[in-house]
Amino acid sequence: MSDLIRHGGNDDDAGGDNEHAMDTQAQRSAELETVRDSGRYPVPDPGMEEHLPRLTDVDEKAFDRATRQVATMFGLVPVLAIAFVVVYFAVPRDATFLDTNAKNLFLGLTAGLALLLIGVGAVQWSRQLMDDHEMIDHRHGAASTEEDVEYVLRELQAGADESKIKRRKVLGYSLVGALGALALPIIVSFADLGPKPTKRLRAATIETTIWKQGIKLVHDVTFVPIKASEMVIGQLVNAQPENLKELEGTDQLVQRAKASIIIVRMDPNSIKIPDSRKDWQVGGILCYSKICTHVGCPISLWEQQTHHLLCPCHQSTFDLGDSGVVVFGPAARALPQLPITTDAEGFLVARSGFTVPVGPSYFERDSRGDYKGE
Amino acid sequence: MRFLSTRRRHPAARASLLVFALIVMGALYAAFAPASQSSADTGTSQQVAEGKNLFAVGCAACHGLNGEGQSTGEIQGPPLTGVGAAAVDFQVGTGRMPLARPEAQAPVKANRYTPEEIASLEAYVSSLGPGPDVPDPAEYDAANVSAEDVARGGELFRTNCSACHNFEGAGGALPGGKYAPSLYGSSNKTIYEAMVTGPQQMPVFSDGVVRPEDKRAIIAYLRTLHQRPDEGGLSLGGLGPVSEGLWAWIAGLGTLMGISVWIAAKGAKAK
Repeated sequence: MSDLIRHGGNDDDAGGDNEHAMDTQAQRSAELETVRDSGRYPVPDPGMEEHLPRLTDVDEKAFDRATRQVATMFGLVPVLAIAFVVVYFAVPRDATFLDTNAKNLFLGLTAGLALLLIGVGAVQWSRQLMDDHEMIDHRHGAASTEEDVEYVLRELQAGADESKIKRRKVLGYSLVGALGALALPIIVSFADLGPKPTKRLRAATIETTIWKQGIKLVHDVTFVPIKASEMVIGQLVNAQPENLKELEGTDQLVQRAKASIIIVRMDPNSIKIPDSRKDWQVGGILCYSKICTHVGCPISLWEQQTHHLLCPCHQSTFDLGDSGVVVFGPAARALPQLPITTDAEGFLVARSGFTVPVGPSYFERDSRGDYKGE
Repeated sequence: MRFLSTRRRHPAARASLLVFALIVMGALYAAFAPASQSSADTGTSQQVAEGKNLFAVGCAACHGLNGEGQSTGEIQGPPLTGVGAAAVDFQVGTGRMPLARPEAQAPVKANRYTPEEIASLEAYVSSLGPGPDVPDPAEYDAANVSAEDVARGGELFRTNCSACHNFEGAGGALPGGKYAPSLYGSSNKTIYEAMVTGPQQMPVFSDGVVRPEDKRAIIAYLRTLHQRPDEGGLSLGGLGPVSEGLWAWIAGLGTLMGISVWIAAKGAKAK
């Protein structure tokens, strides 16, 4: 039982049976040879377990019971199949059961249960009723026999001769050239991964938004401009630049992804406004980028009493009452603040664009302009 | 009487006597207690005075005797100047206030105040400073909102509300033991008042920015969403990847592993 059946040529692990293995090497044929290698293992091979009959092998009643189980399971399948058809025609499309669509639910239940019963019945059949005896599956090497190898090589050679590729070498060279040239279009199309993010390209794309001086802050969905007087303490507005409306399609989405902002109003006496940012706000109305500086999730989960803005992706927390500094989580930089003021009619407008790039970090990003507390 | 006296030592005698006594007491109380009646408004000033008395009992411990708030000491509460009647109706009407104890979250619980008492409290708190009024039923009526507006309400909800309340309004966690409550089962009025007043950690969505018609669209969207059956089967709470992943990994994979163990198990032997 403890023997491994190996291909004759394999002799590197034969242990004490080296001599035996050498013998077999001499006759390198397809013959299978038994190699005893029990010396390799510290624990003796326990061998095949003693065969014990199952209940169904000795007890005719148990056998009948198992038969009944399997037959019942198989017998329920046609019932479920008919139930499926009945549900398909009888249950209206908009009927509900447990707040779900009744038709979908019962179609799934009947079909699923039918498949399950077939599977469970088949397993029960093979476990309890089919013949139960242990078997040895012999394992042998995967290499081809020498005859096979010789035959294939001979056929290849014959094919090469018949194709005349040896008499007219140019055929082969031109074919290789043709296939090689096809690599060129593939390699060239990798240029689509670019353009290379040079400093100038970064400055024109990811490091800039469409915010400019005098652009109105408008509500994200309705594009209603926001009056400073309409902002009450504790208010949060998800907003966009008014000029986003002029863009369309992909361009609008790209710009929206960078220009999204949140406007909050807090009691000016309860927050810290550094001297350098005194004129970035209007009576406690502050405006920040909505894009988390960690990996760029849009965030508007703001607690109005603690002034904390939480990113639900990785729990970075920014204190909007303290120029957006990070108070918790993996974000490394304060949330960029947009300087705002009011226009003649009292609407909130940008004082300038963002002073630092918004969004997540990247290797080449210049972080010298970021707010680090005062 | 024989029937009673022979059974006076029965094990259930004491208990049934107690139940009988309670029923008698209840019936007597119902017969003699004064019927509760809503007192008509005899004047705003009287309502304010009643509200002030109620405030002193139920609210002043945290919010101060005159609603000025307390920011020091163990028991703190925000000032109530300018929060308006809508805030009182929201907080007291849903049972959030008065708090059972100072804690991170003000959970919904059974409301112990009668509508008249709440109205008195509203009158008193409104007298502290101008604030949003209890909305008119027409303002939060979501019955006649067009399909376009429901769709716009969905966009507004996902932009403004889903960060905390989840994309289905199923609620979500906030830091420090706080949470954004589920919006299932919240009345239209409650949702409207919450947007106007910004209760607890929720920001305010004032009428100037999220206009009344936008608020109505949001409410109509939630109504549509919550009345619609789940076409794809059980929603698993609509919490997204957490509950769905839990089911797939624990229930789904667990079942598959159980089946594979059963397939490979040796089973009972005759000896």
